[in-house]
Amino acid sequence: MKTYKRTSIKFTPATYCVSAFLLAAVVFLAVFPVWYEGYWTTKLTEIMKFVTLSVAWVVFSAPTGYMSLATAAFFGVGFYLASALSGTVPFLAIIVIAGAAAFILALIVGALTLRLRGVYFCIFTFGLVLLISNVVRELERTLSGTRGRFVDTQPIEVVYWAVLGVCVLCILAAWLIRRSRHGLALTSIGQYEEAAAHSGINVVRTKVLVFAVSAIFMGMVGAVIATRRAYVDPTVAFHLDQSFLPVLMALFGGMLTLVGPVIGAVVFSLIKEELATKWPEMFQVIFGAILIFSILFLQNGIVGVAQQMWRLYRREGFTGIARAVDRGLRRGFAPAWRMLGGRRGGGDASA
Amino acid sequence: MVALRDIVIAGLLLGGLYALVSVGMALQYGVARVLNVAHGEFIMVGAFLTFSLHINGHMNPLVTMAITGPTMFVIGFVLHKTLYRRLMKTAPNLEVFEGKSLLASFGLYYVVQNVARMIWGADIDGYTYLVSTVTAARIPLNRLVALAFVVGLSALFYVFLYLTRLGKAIRASAQDPTTAGMMGVNTDNVLAICFGIGLAMAAWSGSLLSIVYQSITTSMGLPYTVYAMIVVVLGGLGSITGALAGGMILGFVATIVQYFKPSLVMIAFYAIFVLLLIVRPKGLLGK
Repeated sequence: MKTYKRTSIKFTPATYCVSAFLLAAVVFLAVFPVWYEGYWTTKLTEIMKFVTLSVAWVVFSAPTGYMSLATAAFFGVGFYLASALSGTVPFLAIIVIAGAAAFILALIVGALTLRLRGVYFCIFTFGLVLLISNVVRELERTLSGTRGRFVDTQPIEVVYWAVLGVCVLCILAAWLIRRSRHGLALTSIGQYEEAAAHSGINVVRTKVLVFAVSAIFMGMVGAVIATRRAYVDPTVAFHLDQSFLPVLMALFGGMLTLVGPVIGAVVFSLIKEELATKWPEMFQVIFGAILIFSILFLQNGIVGVAQQMWRLYRREGFTGIARAVDRGLRRGFAPAWRMLGGRRGGGDASA
Repeated sequence: MVALRDIVIAGLLLGGLYALVSVGMALQYGVARVLNVAHGEFIMVGAFLTFSLHINGHMNPLVTMAITGPTMFVIGFVLHKTLYRRLMKTAPNLEVFEGKSLLASFGLYYVVQNVARMIWGADIDGYTYLVSTVTAARIPLNRLVALAFVVGLSALFYVFLYLTRLGKAIRASAQDPTTAGMMGVNTDNVLAICFGIGLAMAAWSGSLLSIVYQSITTSMGLPYTVYAMIVVVLGGLGSITGALAGGMILGFVATIVQYFKPSLVMIAFYAIFVLLLIVRPKGLLGK
């Protein structure tokens, strides 16, 4: 019987280049606030927050197809813990505690619910966020008689480095999980759960474990971001945008690779930064429209489109790309065309 | 005894509203397999259409329902024909379609809510209509009228579903779309009609809500989406009778909890929702 062998990394010039580039990027980001003083530190903090959230979301949800909307719950638990503990324990300890708390919560939630499938799992996680948020609000109201809490704020550089740390850890963990036995098991669960169970994968354990590990980073990043605000209440901590935005970013970027969610998060955080304060309604309309567009037309996100374009360019040059764009546009407008009474060649009898 | 009488009456009135709010969602999920999380937003749009027609057009709020319902039906029909049909054609299986259509409805949620906010603003609007109370129990007249409409609409809907040809086609498509298609049902049209009816139901309940609560905002939708989801899960995802019964149950739960400890109503809702999904995801009446 063949035993499963870990695929080792091949050290080719390409991998050297990529790792050198990534290392340079991380070093650049790390020393960035030392010589720069200005708004970009805040912007980058926000971007890295969403990179962490969407990468963490992709770790579990992309291979399995279980759409989790519980991101806001784990983020919020970290967020709220940081405000509750602020001033009593050091900053680093708070981050660790928040990660651990999110991990435990995700273990419990996962063990209870991961046998639910499809939409059931999705609406359960959706309801969970609302339940926790309401319970926290009620507890605060009856026990401590407050509506929210004040937080000891940290200087922006400290927050920046903390988010950078969590972000790098998260991407590293995501990459390792994807390459590991668990990642492979997770993918096979997503493809055919029963078959995966029959071929000896402990389905429940794998799902719950990876779900919980991905929650660690959501909790940690929540704890870090909380220290940027002076005042925290349950509505802010458990805001549903924290659940939806990472999903959108991952969908838009593409979920087959880890580059996809990163690109999606960077692009969307920048758009959000630019539009959210000036035209909040317009931003949300664009946000929803892009979400619908990505679901309809971008099977593997913009990274998938880029890969396809690259392949076409290698094979047929620019004419290939032009032809593909033309075909794509025609196919995209076909439903509207049919609605207006037009007929496509070949004849669709039911249309 | 007076307390009990009040609870029963208030429970009935509230339950009726919840049932109407949820029936549309149950139909959309039961037949078209779209769990429409933008449901509450369409309720909100219905409420604001009634508000605008009443204030600017000086129409009777109840008469506006003759406009709000059909308008939303057309929107729903077109939405399904363009958006959801395409998703259905490209999805490899039902589970993928359900996931994708759920996410697409999240997109709709953002678009609809914020377009409405651009039109009507973020402030609280409202009007008063039929605010006097009747009988010894001091039942607000507008709630009574709303309940009458709920009962009427539900009855009409039931007759439509069980006594007409189209209703039969809808039920057949819900049971087995492939076989229904082979028996000559144009399932594409049936699903789009169902989605449209779901939206019309949402608009009607929005119109009634604006009469009952007298104050409406563009952010009122999400709670109703959640109520509808709880009711639909309570009655078994996609079951119409289940949704009617679930709405009544939720109405009574809300009234009873409200009576003893008002601040716990929302927690009670979510607790029921989460517990139900863990213990009995098929719903109380599900098979």
